[in-house]
Amino acid sequence: MKADPISLLTSLGHAVTSRLDRLGLAARFALAVFRVLGVVFLRFGLIIRELYFSGVRSLSIVIVSGLFVGMVLAVQGYEVLQRYGSTEALGVIVALSLVRELGPVVSALLFAGRASSAVTAEIGLMRATDQLAAMDMMAVDPLARVIAPRFLAAIFSLPLLAALFSAAGVCGAWIIGVKLIGIDDGAFWSQMQASVDVRIDIVNGVLKSIVFGVAVGLISVFEGFFAVPTAEGVSTATTRTVVTSSLAVLLLDLVLTVMMFRGLN
Amino acid sequence: MSERENIIRIENVRFAYGERPILDDLSLTIRRGEIVAIMGASGGGKTTLLGLIGGRLTPSTGRVFVEDQNVPALSKSALYTLRRRIGMLFQFGALFTDLSVFENVAFPYREQTDLSEDMIRTLVLMKLEAVGLRGAAQLMPSELSGGMARRVALARAVTLDPSIMLYDEPFTGLDPISVGIIGRLIKRLNAALGMTSIIVTHDLNETLRLADRVIVLSAGKVYCDLAPDDIRVSTDPFIRQFADGLPDGPVPFHYPARDYVGDLLAS
Repeated sequence: MKADPISLLTSLGHAVTSRLDRLGLAARFALAVFRVLGVVFLRFGLIIRELYFSGVRSLSIVIVSGLFVGMVLAVQGYEVLQRYGSTEALGVIVALSLVRELGPVVSALLFAGRASSAVTAEIGLMRATDQLAAMDMMAVDPLARVIAPRFLAAIFSLPLLAALFSAAGVCGAWIIGVKLIGIDDGAFWSQMQASVDVRIDIVNGVLKSIVFGVAVGLISVFEGFFAVPTAEGVSTATTRTVVTSSLAVLLLDLVLTVMMFRGLN
Repeated sequence: MSERENIIRIENVRFAYGERPILDDLSLTIRRGEIVAIMGASGGGKTTLLGLIGGRLTPSTGRVFVEDQNVPALSKSALYTLRRRIGMLFQFGALFTDLSVFENVAFPYREQTDLSEDMIRTLVLMKLEAVGLRGAAQLMPSELSGGMARRVALARAVTLDPSIMLYDEPFTGLDPISVGIIGRLIKRLNAALGMTSIIVTHDLNETLRLADRVIVLSAGKVYCDLAPDDIRVSTDPFIRQFADGLPDGPVPFHYPARDYVGDLLAS
């Protein structure tokens, strides 16, 4: 069939308006979730369970990945630094890369794949099996009982996971750099200590992971809550959570990096 | 019996999913203490009707009064207050799959009351005993058969002793014994707790044994409103098709389509 310009235009318009529609829905959903957050703090037990499922159970993947990333950074960093005869700076390079960028970003990406996808699937299935509707009919707000605790768990666990990722990465770099390659132990740590700034590097890194936690957490509960209640719908929603979260994290990282680090020095 | 008050009044309600009209100027009333069965073809708006009564759906026009409150006009908190007096049994039970049978039935007490743990335990075991599943209290929903899950859901739905019970296809997918058990429980609970029950169902036999009144919906309107005995002897072609399970009749077998021969020959 030949595509005439009018139908091309309408399908383009439809694509744009349906996406805007969904964005508006997400914004209204986010507002509704923020409105019930206060209630959830009064029942911290609900958050503890989600912290366990999202946070604690992501520990192993985050720490192991951090270790490997740190090791790779050490190998690559050493290779470049030795050309300039400044291999003691390895600790600085690795620590800054991890604390400023890789810690928050990679742990957020891992979190999206490990925890957020599970949250979306769980909420989507609860919806598909009428569990959310049943709760609503029992006069219990699913937003407060199911959605908000999972959202908050993402915000609480991501900064902690990112910190652990960075710490594991530094350990990995120390194993490669100091133990295997033989860089001076004292120089490795003292240079790192002298060059990593609490305000500029660590606080900004933590701020990044909090922002990523908000984005990833919101995307996962939104996709689950509005998943089409079929097997296919839940699987699509889960995929969308991982894809949208990853893109959102990388885009937000660019924006935040420019805001935080442009014009330093 | 004296004139009983109307606990539910539905007045001139219209409802559509997108372009597709479901309910068209529907009006009906339900009196306190009745067991009313709502029947009609699939997609005929029966479940929609329950959604309107429970305030999960909003009609495009018309009013839905439950205990003299206009449901679509209620605020969220007023709606939640009203819903504490409404129990609903979902089609497949909708048990919380991450909670045990005991915790499922305890859920409304934990969320809505300040009862002590001892008191909750006693009440939950009483509810489970009423549906014959006290022994299954520690099982998870995945370990239950369909009939057992439905009974647990029923126990959960009546935990707060609602004045209105909504049943969405309570018999679907159950073996005949379970159908009988659920039917008996519905009747017994209605009498014992002084409830009003609205049952959306396809199971004609069980319905005729159970209900005080059968409302048949068609084309978004009340087609007829009869006592079970009148349904049995009715000669109306639509009711006969429904009661006897005839494939073709006033409700056509074929989904609307263009001419068969024309469709086959078109290329």
